[in-house]
Amino acid sequence: MTVTLRLGYIPLVDAAPLIVAREFGFAKEEGVSFDLVRASGWSMLRDLLDFGQVDAAHMLSVMPVARALGLGGGSQALEALMVLSLNGQIFGLSPQIPAVPFGDPYAAARALADLPGPLRIGVPFPFSMQAELLAYWLERAASSAKVDIRTVPPSRMAETMQAGEIDGFCVGEPWGSHAVEQAGARLVLPGSAIWSQAPEKVLAVRAGWASENPAVAGKVMRALWRAARWIEMPGNRGTLAEVLSRPAYLDVPAELVDRTLSHRLLISALGPEMHVPQFQSFHHGVANFPWRSQAAWIGERLAKRFAMDANLAASKARAVFRSDIYRDHISEMGEVLPRASDRAEGALEREEAMPATHGSLILARNRFFDGQIFDPVFAEG
Amino acid sequence: MDSPLTIIVVEADRQRALEIVDAIRASGDHRVQVLGDGAGLARRVAEIQPHLVLIDVANPSRDMLEELTLASRPTERAVAMFVDRSDPGLTRAAIEAGVSAYVVDGLRAERIRPVLDAAIARFHMVSRMRSELAATKAALEERKVIDRAKGFVMRAKGLSEEQAYALMRKTAMDQGKKLLDVAHAIVVAAEVLK
Repeated sequence: MTVTLRLGYIPLVDAAPLIVAREFGFAKEEGVSFDLVRASGWSMLRDLLDFGQVDAAHMLSVMPVARALGLGGGSQALEALMVLSLNGQIFGLSPQIPAVPFGDPYAAARALADLPGPLRIGVPFPFSMQAELLAYWLERAASSAKVDIRTVPPSRMAETMQAGEIDGFCVGEPWGSHAVEQAGARLVLPGSAIWSQAPEKVLAVRAGWASENPAVAGKVMRALWRAARWIEMPGNRGTLAEVLSRPAYLDVPAELVDRTLSHRLLISALGPEMHVPQFQSFHHGVANFPWRSQAAWIGERLAKRFAMDANLAASKARAVFRSDIYRDHISEMGEVLPRASDRAEGALEREEAMPATHGSLILARNRFFDGQIFDPVFAEG
Repeated sequence: MDSPLTIIVVEADRQRALEIVDAIRASGDHRVQVLGDGAGLARRVAEIQPHLVLIDVANPSRDMLEELTLASRPTERAVAMFVDRSDPGLTRAAIEAGVSAYVVDGLRAERIRPVLDAAIARFHMVSRMRSELAATKAALEERKVIDRAKGFVMRAKGLSEEQAYALMRKTAMDQGKKLLDVAHAIVVAAEVLK
């Protein structure tokens, strides 16, 4: 018998694993059927998940961690079963702001620090990787820049900028490119230039759901894992762009989506088009593994922002990323998995192989722009 | 006697907003103000400093209100997402009806309840009408696709209407697909082969 699951998502390129699992039969192969529920914003998606109107959701990686720390609305504990994508954020500015060189965190930071400010920057949600990456970058590269972070729904970045309510944005694709097309925005810095392996979206469920329904949770996770692998296979990009761009999903021109998927960004209405390595990852380099160290990084950042105890926050955060559940269900396919569930974030200058549960794994380049290494296990002093 | 509450209803549709305002006024003597959902929503809410904000669950502008819940300066009245932790039933009812509420911290539950009950009832009615309309539209669209596919099968295979319909149904059953999906495929193929 086929079990039907309701999965919530926000129209973004990185909702691709859910859409692909449904459209290209990966859910069906696992004997489940996905009923995809499109939400118009993150608060709505959170409520749908909290109150059981969806079984699982495509969610900002920071949201379930913030919940564990008691930040924001709602009290239902959440868990992240797998990472659905890394990066894909883009920081851009209004055409009213003097042009800033593309892709150089230090040069861009200097330019921002020279502006009279305060610069109003839209992010999709108070608890988002966009907000965290911006804060991390600015505090380390442009501590004198005056910035005021506002919440703006992704699909409204362009119109909000046109209305003069924000001077810039940090948002997931296709909405940055959309702001270039619709509002003449200029793209300045991809999130991957701040941290090349920032966990962007996770598969979030209510705490306990995956343990109470292990068979179904396993099916969902394997279907999404296969979909993520398919997304990065050569030759699938055009088809994927076409499906994602449909009115029922993202409802934007396929060309915009195709550009994102090929890691090319048109940085202003007049160009040029820039190629951004590691702009967004769905699968390559163990992208789907929910590393406890990623959660700990998020926990520590939130602790800093909201003046909480960093160690306590990191330990609560770690428990949210369920690498144990991921191991249980993904190893069933005979997949090679990392031996440890922590790693030193920011410590890989280039792609590297590492010994795994059997054989070896390729880890992707993992760098913070300033060379910081975040190692929650072997922390100094 | 309690002083009246200041309530903001965020709703761009004028008629709908009026209906909701009526329902709330009937529940008590409150100051109700309607805001559209434009770019400056969070700023305007912060200026008005309401006790309660009511907004459609599906309104993307809700995310802008979310940041108000994090404001901690005493001058910016903290508006907390209404999850009265003592009454999850009421919250669930609200979410299901499609209304979300942001309430000033510390406002007593018994003051909010009548307003929210009224809003829930009104939202229920509106969303039922909406979903009925959507269902009717969808059914009509499906009907059109099936009719077009049937027409094509009739011409291509020289079948009667009934025979064409039976053939499509059989194909759907054999392939474990929905009739509508088979009809879609036929229409697409027909366009290509035209």
